Amino acid sequence: MGIDIRQLYKTFSLKELRKGLGVTGRQLFKKKTTIMYPEEKTPKSPRFRGLHALRRYPNGEERCIACKLCEAVCPALAITIDSEEREDGTRRTTRYDIDLFKCIYCGFCEEACPVDSIVLTDIHEFHMEENSERHIDKIRLLELGDKHEAEIAAARTQDSPYR
Amino acid sequence: MTFLQIAFYVFSAILVVSAGMVVTIRNPVKSALFLVLAFFSASCVWITLQAEFLAIVLVLVYVGAVMVLFLFVVMMLDIDLAKLRAGFTRYLPIGSVIAILLVGEIALVMLGSFNGAEYANPASHAADYSNSKALGLQIYTDYVYAFEIAALILLVAIIAAIALTMRRRPNTKYNNPTEQVKVNRDDRLRIVKMKPETPADTPADTVIRGKES
Amino acid sequence: MHDFYLSMTGWLPEFLQTTIWIMLKIVLIMAPLMVCVAYFTFAERKLIGYMQTRIGPNRVGPKGWLQPIADALKLLMKEIIIPTKSNKYLFLIAPILSLAPALAAWAVMPFTSDLVLANIDASLLYVLALTSMGVYGVIVAGWASNSKYAFLGAMRSAAQIVAYEIAMGFALVGVLMAAGSLNLREIVLHQSGGLWEWYWLPLFPLFIVYFISGVAETNRAPFDVAEGESEIVAGFHVEYSGMAFAVFFLAEYANMILIAALTVLMFLGGWLPPIEAAPFTWLPGVFWFFAKTCVVAFFFLWFRATFPRYRYDQIMRLGWKVLIPVTLVWIVIIGLGKFYTPFGSFFS
Repeated sequence: MGIDIRQLYKTFSLKELRKGLGVTGRQLFKKKTTIMYPEEKTPKSPRFRGLHALRRYPNGEERCIACKLCEAVCPALAITIDSEEREDGTRRTTRYDIDLFKCIYCGFCEEACPVDSIVLTDIHEFHMEENSERHIDKIRLLELGDKHEAEIAAARTQDSPYR
Repeated sequence: MTFLQIAFYVFSAILVVSAGMVVTIRNPVKSALFLVLAFFSASCVWITLQAEFLAIVLVLVYVGAVMVLFLFVVMMLDIDLAKLRAGFTRYLPIGSVIAILLVGEIALVMLGSFNGAEYANPASHAADYSNSKALGLQIYTDYVYAFEIAALILLVAIIAAIALTMRRRPNTKYNNPTEQVKVNRDDRLRIVKMKPETPADTPADTVIRGKES
Repeated sequence: MHDFYLSMTGWLPEFLQTTIWIMLKIVLIMAPLMVCVAYFTFAERKLIGYMQTRIGPNRVGPKGWLQPIADALKLLMKEIIIPTKSNKYLFLIAPILSLAPALAAWAVMPFTSDLVLANIDASLLYVLALTSMGVYGVIVAGWASNSKYAFLGAMRSAAQIVAYEIAMGFALVGVLMAAGSLNLREIVLHQSGGLWEWYWLPLFPLFIVYFISGVAETNRAPFDVAEGESEIVAGFHVEYSGMAFAVFFLAEYANMILIAALTVLMFLGGWLPPIEAAPFTWLPGVFWFFAKTCVVAFFFLWFRATFPRYRYDQIMRLGWKVLIPVTLVWIVIIGLGKFYTPFGSFFS
């Protein structure tokens, strides 16, 4: 034991406290990393998983064949699908609802989809004001898909080499 | 009526009322808080008497320290009010006797030697008169022995209180901050430099997890 | 000015005249102080932001300068929720109890050698007494809200403040030994003669101890166990909302400014310029007082941005086993040095 002079010096000169103050003091003059959000945005990955959309084929036919794989794989049970036979004999959905509050944005539905119909777009700035707005139905989903088809397709091509 | 007089009456009224509340109110925490108020108004009254050193020391010592500890204890006690009030009639006779005795003693002093005319107005002092200096001079010259003895008694009391309450509990684990601050990174951490492993380094019989099934 | 006031209000009874005159002077001190407190909160958020390589609040008004006003408005609009089974009156009195001493202490604060509201003889003691009163707000709040967390916070704060009060008191004993006076104005006047005559140099350990105790006394990081967000939610003011909470907030910041101002008065030469020569003496004393207070207050924020919270037993150890012995030793050194060595003038 005995008295350790160096230790005493270290304690009473508050060496470690001064060191800590030095660290924060230096940070004070560093360049700030803040991004002024609505005006500036950070880059987004093409794999970003945001709001859902249903895509169509270039000829305007909806891709979804009501196989219900997405409904089955959804870990949060956020997807509800009803299907019926259409006049032309194909199986189509009559109802395709996603509960956005249940959805955990895992992207499994997109992975499961055999026809690349349901996709997660990179839209993350959406909100709702009424509780009922949390369900988005087939019409809305298709609308979203039509509106953002260009970006969705671009993101998919960009990511395709890694799939 | 001057400003000083009004101040005096206001503070005295608060003092008397709060002192009454200390003994009459049921809740011990509120009672302690009223005692704080009583101390505070007493010190205000003292200030109007130009005894500012005493007044401030009253606030500093009693309000700032003693009553804080008092409240600390009173708040943590779980006092059963019904039990406290149970023996009221039993203690009433002896209590009233003591109260009458106290009032009588004070009355004796007040009526006997306390002459209102003589003490009513403290002599006003020159601007550079220092209350604390005068008090200090008195304490450290005329009353130095009494003062030192009082200090010694208090010291003994402090040591006794600590000695009575100090217990070593063998089962409690303490940590020693002195040892803790001495800890050095080099005593505890060893940085090992090594080459990154390649598949060739892995022995053939090692089963890589996740590839079993 | 006083004569003009008297001629204007000659028709009032004397006690009213006195009261209104005192009130006017109080407002004259309080209004700028409140503005300082509001902008101190802004400075804190900005500075801590900068130290974390962020830029802090910047949306309300130009560069965020209206942020404190927006905050105050928001808190004013909010409802004050009084918990059931709480002690209603004490619950509402508690914030006032914590703010009032922090403001009352400014009564004896000498801004310059003539600018002081009440130049009382024992002003140092007065300030010490009032800062020790502040703990009642915390204790009463903790007890009256009838909540576990609030109560735990109050208990922690009470024990902590009593412990650091002693270290603080002893540090001040050193100051008054050096100055030979209990009057803040005279303490500052004793330090005249430039930077090296200020008491921070001969009383350096006391200066450090005083400042550390000041941080602990105001329940600021790293001694903010009374609030301790991670363990006891927000400590003594968990149950408070709206303006009642805002008053606690004001009290905390007013206390910080008070401690900073006291440190300046007692160790950093108050309103005196650092060098008593031409360019420095041109500026008024109030400027120097304000500038020095800002520097000391900056340290409060710097500490908060730097140090992690102490563990409770460490706080107690630091108070009782480190700071108090240090002050006691240095008081003896001052006493001996002042009267029994040839360096007596160094210590006074």
